[in-house]
Amino acid sequence: MGRKILFITTDQQRYDALGCNGGTIARTPNIDALSSAGITFDRAHPQNVVCMPSRSTMITGQHVSTHGVWMNGVPLPQDAPSIASDLRGAGYATALIGKAHFEPLLDPFLRFTENQIGNQRKTTDNPNDPHRGFDHMELSTHGAVGQLHYSQWIRDNHPEAAGGFYSVLDNELQVNAEGGGDSNAPQLKVNPIPTEWYHTHWVAQQTIKWLNSLPADKDWFCWMSFPDPHHPWDPPASELHRVPWRELDLPAGYIEDKSKREQIIDDKLRHWRGWYDGSFVSNYEAPAKWVPSTLTADQVREVNAFTHVENELIDDAIGTVLRAIDTRGWANDLDVLYTTDHGEFQGDFGLLFKGPYHVDSLMRLPLIWRPAPSSNTKISTRVSAPVGLVSLAATFAHIAGIERPSYTEAARLPIDDAEAVSLGHERVLTEWDSVLFGKIVHLRTICRGNWVCTAALDGTMSKFGEGELYDLVNDPLQHVNRWSDDSVRALRDDLLSDLWANLPAQVLPLRNMDAPV
Amino acid sequence: MGTVRRHAFIECNAEKVWAFVGAPERLHDWFPITACRVEGQKRWITLAAGIVFEEDIITLDHDLRRFQYKIVNNSLIKFHLGTLDVIPDGDNRCLVTYSTDMDPEVLALPIAGAASVGLAKVKQMFDGQK
Repeated sequence: MGRKILFITTDQQRYDALGCNGGTIARTPNIDALSSAGITFDRAHPQNVVCMPSRSTMITGQHVSTHGVWMNGVPLPQDAPSIASDLRGAGYATALIGKAHFEPLLDPFLRFTENQIGNQRKTTDNPNDPHRGFDHMELSTHGAVGQLHYSQWIRDNHPEAAGGFYSVLDNELQVNAEGGGDSNAPQLKVNPIPTEWYHTHWVAQQTIKWLNSLPADKDWFCWMSFPDPHHPWDPPASELHRVPWRELDLPAGYIEDKSKREQIIDDKLRHWRGWYDGSFVSNYEAPAKWVPSTLTADQVREVNAFTHVENELIDDAIGTVLRAIDTRGWANDLDVLYTTDHGEFQGDFGLLFKGPYHVDSLMRLPLIWRPAPSSNTKISTRVSAPVGLVSLAATFAHIAGIERPSYTEAARLPIDDAEAVSLGHERVLTEWDSVLFGKIVHLRTICRGNWVCTAALDGTMSKFGEGELYDLVNDPLQHVNRWSDDSVRALRDDLLSDLWANLPAQVLPLRNMDAPV
Repeated sequence: MGTVRRHAFIECNAEKVWAFVGAPERLHDWFPITACRVEGQKRWITLAAGIVFEEDIITLDHDLRRFQYKIVNNSLIKFHLGTLDVIPDGDNRCLVTYSTDMDPEVLALPIAGAASVGLAKVKQMFDGQK
């Protein structure tokens, strides 16, 4: 028997969401225990800060320029490489339960396999050659609409609960800006759904069911993918008592003083101010009708409280699954990897949601690798070297004892900083491309040696030669853009040289965007 | 307003391609829909998700090789215009374009995606035919 792999992802979760990363609100004892018994990465970045590109990087081990999923709505090709296929080829049973999102969710023509199998209430399209290498797919997104399995399950079994979720789209099919809760915060709703019907619980239960269907001696790879804490923020009402929003302090990244906040935003690339004022919406990752400058301190508190509740529910669900795995006798051979696809502003800079903003709010991610105890890997370490989600595929191959697939573009994750050096983890790269009805933003970012440097390419509001540069040690909230600071000009230019030397060439022409999400 | 355009160069005579794609009642033979019905200047198409669009045929110009239609009587759609053109490029090559202008703009994207699938199928069917 080999090592089993439980790959846990959340959606749009910040680094500081977890107790093991300094979070002080949400109680995450199960994830914290994985950190204590494993390797915790303190500088893990996604290769793109929205879902589909980032998830495509996880499964392909490729940068966005290579796999070509440059924005939500651009489908990952059917024949794209998949580490799940390689693991399946090595004898692993494979499953993806929860949010996949390699293909658009808005799919009225039912062109995409994820939606097709959900619509048909099947868990595979082809048992002999399953979609993206997963023997079993049971999928969910953030509510009860659409074709995916969770939505079908709710509508089949608890139709009265379907309307309790926040409506993601408004009656004009725009991302909904309607407010809710006590503070009228956008994309927030008090959801009367019982906890045991909520998607977090459903993902855990379907994971356990699938694991229990496997023989004891089977090796397996299970991607358990929670849709939370991505907006809309609509956790079960019965759980809101966990974090009373009025008792929350404002997050460190929220700048209460309006003039100071706007001064800091104005020091960044111009599309920041455009979005803040509501004059430039470059993508569908936030409600176009919501103007960030209207965000109040109470709304920040309430959004954060709901988020912390969702994070606690995720931690509870993880504990339930780990206990079920233990019951099966697999604990000693179990590797657990925990991460998310990208972050969330959650009030930083007076903003919510995400977009072309390459700062820690969106880029610094939780990433934990708890190696199988039977592997005798050194544990209880923290890695400060920059790593990316692009290393996950190679890490899975390493755990399974198979050769690193040639299509992957990064070495596996290191077990400590010394190994990070030997494996070449010197830098991590992140890309952004949005082209939406004439509104264009292109960014390329490198993080190396505690500096983050973002270069703009020619776009609607910026041109090549402009950018942002942050000192992560002395300016952990990234308030001071050093791009034009002559005292660090040589460093900036060296980072840019490194960026251009290491970024894969973009596959052109860009693939078509076939949906908004 | 969302405006998108997809296209395909096809190695085939424009008249021959137009005879196929310019027949509104044959849409389901190349576009990823499940059913299509035409009555006079009206067309109804059914999508795989079960949605039915009622459409008015605006232009069917066999000389220009242009077909235009709009989705009507749909509470979600404020404006729509779809345009299909077949443009000759010599005797045995043509350019087929499929444009959609739409409000709400988000719906233009999945329609354009479906158009890409449809155009790829037309190209597969006609490429190399004289």
